[in-house]
Formats: sequence, structure tokens, C-alpha cells
Amino acid sequence: MAKHKVTMTINGKSVTAEVDSRLLLVHFIRENLDMTGTHIGCDTSSCGACTILIDGKSVKSCTYLTVRADGAEITTIEGIAADGTNHPLQKAFHDQHGLHCGFCTPGMIMRSIDLLKTNPNPTEKEIRWGISGNLCRCTGYNNIVKSVQQAAAEMAKEKEASV
Amino acid sequence: MFKCKTSPEVGGMGHSVKRKEDARFLHGKGKFTDDVKLPGMLHMVIVRSPYAYAKILSINKEKALAIDGVLAVITGEDLAQYNLHWMPTLLSDSQMVLPTDTVMHQSQEVCAVIATDRYIAVDGAEAVDVQYEPMKALVDPYKALDKDAPLLRPDKEGQKDNHIYHWERGERAKTDAAIAAADVVVKERIYLPRIHVASIETCGVVASYDKDTEKMLIYLTSQAPHAIRTILALVAGHVGLSEEKIRIIAPDIGGGFGGKVPVYPGYVIAIAASFLIGKPVKWIEDRSENLVNGFARDYHMDCELAATKDGKIQAFKVSTLADHGYTDSSANPSKYPTGMFSICTGSYDYEHAFAELDAVYTNKAPGGVAYRCSFRVTEAVHAIERMVDKLAAEIGKDPAQLRFENFIKKEQFPYASPLGWSYDSGDYKQTLEKAMDMIGYADYKKEQAEKRAQGKLMGIGICTFTEVVGAGPSKDFDILGIKMFDSAEIRVHPTGKALARFGTKSQGQGHETTYAQILAEELGIPYTDIEIDEGDTDTAPYGLGTYASRSTPTAGAAAAIAARKLRDKGKKIAAHLLEVSEEDIEWEVGKYFVKGAPEKSKTIQDVAFAAYTNFPEGMEPGFEATHYYDPPNLTFPNGAYICVVEVEEETGAIDVKRFVAIDDCGNIINPMIVEGQIHGGLTQGIAPAMYEGIVYDDEGNVLNGTLMDYLVPTAVESPHWETGHTITPSPHHPLGAKGVAESPTVGAPPAIANAIIDALYPLGIKHLDIPITPDKVWDAIQVAKAKA
Repeated sequence: MAKHKVTMTINGKSVTAEVDSRLLLVHFIRENLDMTGTHIGCDTSSCGACTILIDGKSVKSCTYLTVRADGAEITTIEGIAADGTNHPLQKAFHDQHGLHCGFCTPGMIMRSIDLLKTNPNPTEKEIRWGISGNLCRCTGYNNIVKSVQQAAAEMAKEKEASV
Repeated sequence: MFKCKTSPEVGGMGHSVKRKEDARFLHGKGKFTDDVKLPGMLHMVIVRSPYAYAKILSINKEKALAIDGVLAVITGEDLAQYNLHWMPTLLSDSQMVLPTDTVMHQSQEVCAVIATDRYIAVDGAEAVDVQYEPMKALVDPYKALDKDAPLLRPDKEGQKDNHIYHWERGERAKTDAAIAAADVVVKERIYLPRIHVASIETCGVVASYDKDTEKMLIYLTSQAPHAIRTILALVAGHVGLSEEKIRIIAPDIGGGFGGKVPVYPGYVIAIAASFLIGKPVKWIEDRSENLVNGFARDYHMDCELAATKDGKIQAFKVSTLADHGYTDSSANPSKYPTGMFSICTGSYDYEHAFAELDAVYTNKAPGGVAYRCSFRVTEAVHAIERMVDKLAAEIGKDPAQLRFENFIKKEQFPYASPLGWSYDSGDYKQTLEKAMDMIGYADYKKEQAEKRAQGKLMGIGICTFTEVVGAGPSKDFDILGIKMFDSAEIRVHPTGKALARFGTKSQGQGHETTYAQILAEELGIPYTDIEIDEGDTDTAPYGLGTYASRSTPTAGAAAAIAARKLRDKGKKIAAHLLEVSEEDIEWEVGKYFVKGAPEKSKTIQDVAFAAYTNFPEGMEPGFEATHYYDPPNLTFPNGAYICVVEVEEETGAIDVKRFVAIDDCGNIINPMIVEGQIHGGLTQGIAPAMYEGIVYDDEGNVLNGTLMDYLVPTAVESPHWETGHTITPSPHHPLGAKGVAESPTVGAPPAIANAIIDALYPLGIKHLDIPITPDKVWDAIQVAKAKA
């Protein structure tokens, strides 16, 4: 198996490694880097549990080759807030009971970060369509929608305060 | 209404406190089975059968073993040397771990490759050369009963055909007579298709055998780790895996819904591999493996409901054919092979009922696994609730009115049902009235009449279900002889903080919060001061686990009673500290005080400290209590659901406009969590009603074995659920609580089906089986139009 040297930034830290051509990015993150917050729920890009940010855009890492991420800037659930603090979405999912088993949660939050970046004030319908690439089997989505709404409001407030 | 006895800071029952378990999941620090990494760990990948029914002619391992990093290829012949190639199912059937000669369903395990890396194990699995001789698969369960059908299970002694068992309950002759004499009889064959829970985390195991200590450590996606340990000891005791040497840890679980109750062959193979090789072995299912092995439902139900011409229900009969695939792997109590199917008489008061069921083998994966209801309540409720609507339509009566006229009345509880249950409590009239008020039933009826006049298809569907959960009383309920109690063990530390352990295992239900709230309610110790621990068989007390909405009815009750034992001991200590006699001590949440002198008091924390530092002479030191709770009865949560839909005649598209769910699960521990459970269950109700269903072709191939074509609802398909409650406490549960998590999965499908069929009724469409998809609706409309 051909090896490739890749360098990328993950959660602000530079990482260099020799990887097989076929190594999927989700496995690189989980197995090689021991960051297990990014989950695997399917192998067809259907469930979204493996969603991360690549150069700021949400991507399903279970169907993304590691070599393709060479030079990229990657953010996983472990990197969205400093230790001991919460991203507004993390806080909102807690406040609104937006998680039960917690398995889809990291992917759902990573997708929502991208959603709120491109649409900071989404309607309920836009949120539902916006997270429709991420499956949750526990919550029935009502409270995930409410979580994203709460985070949108808080992020808007933060933005206003910072201007 | 329920009044909170504790402050929000103490956080006892009725408080919507935020969940204690959230932080680790929100930060990506949950520990799921696939997150377990042990030194020297090997990886296992399973080779599966492409055929539904075939002889195995040969398995050639050579090419696989030649791959660098492939250590072993394990076959049925290998396991047969240890007599581990078959295992018993919970209902005394048998299931192959790995086959020695025949595969019985598509994707059945054929052999397993063990390698140093998952990628290499996949290479190895590709390289294994299996030669098959395909045979004609038996897919249709009705044909499986034909006289000339091939015998699928010749391995079973005395098995002469594909019939597994016959079950019946009730009085056949009297029910038949009542049906024969009735003014009105409605009939229907109702099919509930195979579906799969598809928890977002698939199943998996990390087995680690230590040859020196002879201990087998197993991380397992299990809802019932204690029972599984006992089963493993029974299955593998002869090779030296003795129960005290097996430690199962069920770590964080990414959704269970009953799919993580069974012992799957993959678990056993990985455990056997670790035992033989002496290294940790990890096996994690991929999604397709998960989706095509093990199913819920698959009941074909012939129903007859008889009534007077005014709509007074007189008798109900249901004869069912159950397709179990090639083995009966139902995880049901021993005396209840069809689970609680006999709840099928529903929420209505009438005298005669008869239910019977025949189970058959086919060339499909083992059925009888759960889908947020393992005990066949979903099937039972669908049957009666569809038939009640059919009766209403037949006699031209409003389906709500028909229900009101037939409900079991509040004052009739405890109610002895015709098929033998003793319903504990309910106020069905109030619950339906609340649902009708909330949705605006009368207005929708008017709107429907107007729309119908314009030729538009609008439907209103009701379901008023009665659930039966909390198995169960030891006189009737056991699994493999183990009675279905559950347990709680509380240790209050000297500083007044506590650790409590349970025989159950949360998979997202929020036990770390709700069990702490029960103890806060009973002891007055703030819920934030109480740690909850479950899932480790070395540390937790024995229990049957979490499924079938049983945690609150069983382990929740155990927590309350164990806490009350502590309170009794605390009273003696308080009397000692306050220098009065025990009779002079009174309790209010969190403290003991002297009767008539409330200023003289000791807090529960004072008493806990004294239990270690200053206890009465002769008293056993410490502040701990354990209780194994044997429930006197099951709990009977119930609800009234109303759904409003519009159907587009040109396309068959169905738009769910509103869905209101009023649930009655008795006293509520945490309203936020109960509401969350109901939301999730409702989405798992609309799923089989409109989207999900495993489809087989005539050869026994699964046609939708990935999440690309098995349609798990997204946030778009899932409506905005509207929920509410009525509260009729369970009279026999120490907290007045009932189980709840499965109610919405049970209640939602008939409400949705009834609404869609109501919309289509003007076209002459009187029944459709779920999932009711746009193409099914469109086809039905074309047939109806051709007839008209």
C-alpha cells in the first residue's frame, strides 16, 4: 500500500503523518489521533455522525480520504470551544435537551455551526432542511431545532456585542 | 396535577432539571464501544452469505491467511471443536454462531477474519473463497406452511414442518358466537412489516481475555449486561468461561431501542476469538450488517371486530401469522412467546376476545427483535385501533364518539381485561378530551367537510392506546428462568453525597439524572450530589436491564424503596442524635425533626455523617441500602393521539399538518426528559407508518439494506410534535409512576394510518398497510378510480 505524507491543521494544531492512500479521514482522526468525538454511524454519508469542518465547511468524514485533506484546516467537536467552556451550540443542546444518547450530537453540532455561519437567522423550516443530512434516532428533532434556534439567538447577541 | 415536594436545587420529582450526563457527549468525550482501544487489540470482520438459502461447499482460507496482518479465519468447523457453533435463543430455539454446512438467510455470518487492523481484516474477508450451492429460498410465511414446503430446520429434533409454535389466549367459542350474533362485524388483514431500529451507533464488542487471570473483559453494546453475562456463562461454561470470570461493561450506548438486547453471533465469535488467541478483539458492525440482521414486527393479523349497530363493541378476534425468519430470537419473557400481544383488546370495555398466533420459519434473518417495543404491544395496538376506526367508518359514527362510548371508565380500574390483564389506572375520557381540545378537533371536522365538498383529501386520525410495561412480577415473568425484577444499591458517603448503582442500563434515557431525582425526592439529597452508575457487571447489582419501558417501573421503584430503607435507619440515628425516642421523630424531605419541636432537627447529611461517626450502640455502621424490586403488577400508561393529514390526489403525497400527543404515564420524574422521550418515540412512530419497512425479493434478498434506501426520518420528515399530559398515578408503583418511552412508538402509527385512510375514504379506500408511502397511496387511488 502506497504511503503518503500529509500535513493538516486539526483544532489549531499542525499534524503531519504518513498514511495509506485508502485511509478514511474519520479513521485517521479516531484511530491515529485518538480523538473519538467524531463518530461512525454508517458508511454511505447518510447519517452525518462523522461530520467535521474542513476549511470551515461541514463535511462527512466517513467518505473523505485522508490524503485529500492534505493542507486543510480541520475542526472536530473537540476543537470548537476551549477546555471548560461551551460553544453556544453546546450550551443550547444542553439547555434545550437536544440530545439523548449523544451519538449523533457531535455531528449535529458541527453541521449546525456551518448552517448558522451561512444562515445566522434560520427559520424552523430552514433548520430542519439544514440538518436533514444528519440522522438522530432519539430526539424526534423538536429539541434539536430549539437548540439551534437558541444558539442562533445567542450568537447574534454575541456578534452585536462585539461590534 | 403533580406538586413538587422538593426545591429546584434538590431537584426531586417533577423538576425539569437539565441532564447530568450531557457534558461528556457535548464535548465529544462520551465513551462508546468503538472508542475502546486496548493494547495489542485485533480487529474482526465477518464474511456474510450473499444467498438466502445455500449449502456451503467449501471455505478456502488460504488467500486470506497469506495477507500480511491476517492472523486467523474462524469458521463454523473451528467453533464446532468447542461446541460453540450454535447458541440457544432466549425462547429455547437455537441460532448458528457460524454455520458448518448451510446458510439460512442472506447476510448470515459465514466466517470471521481476525487481523491487526480493520482495513486488513476487510482485505482478508474479500480474499476468503466460499463456494455455495444455492437453494430455493422460502420467503413467504404463508407458503412456509404448505405441506410440500421444504423443511428449513431439520437440525431440530422432532421438527416436521416450518411451524414453530401455536399460542392462544381467551375464549374462542364464545368470541366466535358473539361475532356470529353481532349486528356489525368489520374484518381486515393487517400487516405490520419488518423494520429495524437503526440506532445511530451500530452493535459492537471488544472482548479481552487474559490467559493468566482467566478473566474475560467484554465491552458490549448491551442494554442488559447482567443477563448477557449469565447467558455467556451458560453457553461457554464448558470451555472455562465461568460467570465470575466474565466482566461485561456496557459503556455509553448510542441508542438501543431493543436492538441491543440480543446476543448476536458476532459477539460470540469475537469473544471466542479473544479466548482462543489471548488478545483483545474488536468487532463493530457496519451499517448494512446492522440493518439486515434481526428485525421487529412482521405480524400478519386477521382481525374481526363485532359491535351492535350503534357501535357498542362486543367482541374482538385476531389470528396472527408471525414470520420469525430462520429462528425465533424473540427477547420475550419465557411464558410470553408473543410478548404482551394480548393487550390487543385495547382501551375499551367488552366481554369477548380471542387472540391466537402461529409462528413460522422462513429464510430470513431472525425476527422478534425489538423496535422501541419488543413485547408486541405495537402490533396489538395497531390491530385494535385500526379496527375501531374501521367500525366507526362502517356505521358512520365519529371515531372519537365511538371511542367515548366504549372506553373503560375511570371508576372501573383496576380493570380486568378479557385476555387476563389487570389495568392499573387511567382516565381515557379525560385524555382524549384533552387531545381534542388541544388540536381543535371540532374545527378540523368542519374544515374536513368543507375540503371534501371541494374534492380535497383531508383526514383526521385518532389512536387511544393502552400500553403495558414494566415487566414484571416474578410469578409470571422470567427470561431463561431469571425473574424480571430490577435493582438499586445506594451508598451515602459520610459527607452526605451518594453513589447509586442499578441493574438497568441507559441508552439515552437520562438515568444519570432521573434516578438521582428519585433519590433526591426520597432522601432530600440534591440530585447533583448523587452519582449514578450502571452497566458494569462487576460493580452494579444484578438486574434484567433497560428495555420495554421497564426502568422506571422496576429499578426506579427499587431506588425509592432502597431510599426508604435508608430513611428508616436514619430515623434511628436521628433519634440517637436528638436524644429522643424513635417514635418522636418525624421526616420531611431532607430532614428529621422532633415532633412538636421542629427547631430540633438533623439533616440527612448530619445523619449520614453520624452513620459512620456516631451511631447508636449495637447498630451496624454505614449508610447503605439495596433493594431488588419485584413489581406486583405491570404499569399501563396510555394516551390519546390525533393526527391531521392532507393527501394530494395527483401524486399520493402525504402532508402531516398537525400531530397532538397526550400521554398519561402517571407521576412524572422529569417532565423535560419525558417530553423528549415522547418526541423521539413519535418520530419512531411516523417512521414505520410512512417510511420504513425492510423489503425482500422472491429470492430472499434484502432490497433496502443501507441508510440510502431504508428511510430513517430526518428533521424534514419528522413533524413538529405537540405534546401534553394527563396524570393518573399508578396505584401500585411506589412513586405512582409508569413507563413511557415506548408509548409514542405504539400510539403514533395507527393515528397516522387512520388519518391517511380517513383522507382517502371518500374514494372508497378502506385500508392500507403501513408504511403508507406516496406510491402506495397513488396506486390505491388509481385502483379505486378504476373501480368507480
